[in-house]
Amino acid sequence: MSRQQEFTRAILNAQLPVPEGLLDGEMRAAGRRFSVYRNNVAVSLTEALHQGFPVIARLLGKENMDGLAGLYLRAHPPKSPLMMQYGESFPAFLDGMEQLAHLGYLGDVARLELALRRSYHAADAAPIDAEQLAALPPEALMSCRLRFAPAMALLRAPWPIYSIWRYNSLDGAPKPQAGAEDVLITRPDYDPQPQPLPPGAASWITALQAGETLATATDIAYAEAPDFDLSAPLALLINGAALTDVLPKERP
Amino acid sequence: MSASTTPTPLRLNQLPNAAGVGYKPQHFQQILDAPGPVQWLEIHAENYMGDGGRPLAQLRHLAERFAISVHGVGLSIGGESPLDADHLARLKQLLSWLNPASFSEHLAWSTHDSHFYNDLLPLPYTDATLARVCDHINQVQDLLGRRMLLENPSSYLAFAESTWEEPAFLHEIARRTGCGLLLDVNNVFVSATNLGYRPQDYIAAYPLDLVGEIHVGGHDEDEDDHGKPLLIDSHGAEVVDPVWALLRDTLTRSGARPVLVEWDTDVPDWPVLAAEAARAAAALTQAREAA
Repeated sequence: MSRQQEFTRAILNAQLPVPEGLLDGEMRAAGRRFSVYRNNVAVSLTEALHQGFPVIARLLGKENMDGLAGLYLRAHPPKSPLMMQYGESFPAFLDGMEQLAHLGYLGDVARLELALRRSYHAADAAPIDAEQLAALPPEALMSCRLRFAPAMALLRAPWPIYSIWRYNSLDGAPKPQAGAEDVLITRPDYDPQPQPLPPGAASWITALQAGETLATATDIAYAEAPDFDLSAPLALLINGAALTDVLPKERP
Repeated sequence: MSASTTPTPLRLNQLPNAAGVGYKPQHFQQILDAPGPVQWLEIHAENYMGDGGRPLAQLRHLAERFAISVHGVGLSIGGESPLDADHLARLKQLLSWLNPASFSEHLAWSTHDSHFYNDLLPLPYTDATLARVCDHINQVQDLLGRRMLLENPSSYLAFAESTWEEPAFLHEIARRTGCGLLLDVNNVFVSATNLGYRPQDYIAAYPLDLVGEIHVGGHDEDEDDHGKPLLIDSHGAEVVDPVWALLRDTLTRSGARPVLVEWDTDVPDWPVLAAEAARAAAALTQAREAA
């Protein structure tokens, strides 16, 4: 076994003995000096998970979150030196924890936090001018396709993930009520904003993301929600600087 | 491998011989409004490898006003495995658009078997490590088209197989690769305390002419199994007086150098960090007057 393999195994598993040939300044076995590395790795990755998932940490409490972070860092050591990406597999890890099965929403709330972090670091993109859309006659507008900013994201969950996030992030926010929620994330300047979507809007955005025209996407949304009104989600997208292009259907 | 033995007269980097601080986003506005003695900023490369958003916007803004030093913490220069090609490409992209005044990394490793351990892990000072580190530094410098600085680590233990003293090891790396050195005097103090030698002896053996930047920072105090002091390089407190004294001794010997105050955990309000930078600036002034 190479030195570094031996080192990493002993760092992740405190039950293993300290590797041979590590000494203090008087040629005695290093002993607990090795624990500095064990601690640095565990503490820094635990802290990174707390920072990346503050709502999950709040829902679980610090002690439980620390325990989960310890299990997670050993099961899924980071694959990249970019700490901004640490925890990509944490939502699925939460889904798979039997002890947390009674808190079924945790994984989807973690997906929302992860999506907010991705949005924060996403590429900048110049939004279209709202005037540009307003200038189009309705017929022409409905034949257009839309392009979205990289910082925009859409999440659908069978849980009230937006309400849970808001209750645990903003002072005085109302308590969550049971029910599914679709959430749109936009980044109007540099701070990602999550917002709940009305019925039909998530399917409408999904169709647009797939390259459908506004007319087709709106038909899909009506089929799901007969009182769908495209002006509401369209306003969220425009105000959130989430639209980067309006493409006439004719253009390839 | 390059075998240039003549010391190059080129400047090691483009940082001013003045005080700098490790940049923290919460200080953005105050650094612009009240920089005090701070003339340059250091960023951790990995925090600016996203695609966009506030971090890059702030960095572009700061770079218009301050010299920037890019300090990598994730390249794993001492790793047994090849350097991560994706990470090198991200680094090249960052340095290409930012064109910083300096780039530095650590004599350490942090990635093994495609897993990243988020800590600066120690190396035995052997001929095999020397060859590997030099290969990696040559690769980095060739790719980036610039000299880098290599920083001495904080040591908590020693390797039985080591055959080199750390100052000579760093000197030999610099001789073989042409890289410069980043001398962290807090790390010297921490390692010397932990391994039982005098920090002044380390500085006396260290090739100060190759130093392009100096770091100071705070550390924590613990004990080993035998009740001996074990200092931990935490960057989470004020610089202690013996480290300031070691900085002044070093600057007296080396002449003025860019001096950075690092404070990465429990980051204080801006005035506290600016006061630390003022102490670094005062040490530089004192060294100039003594010269």
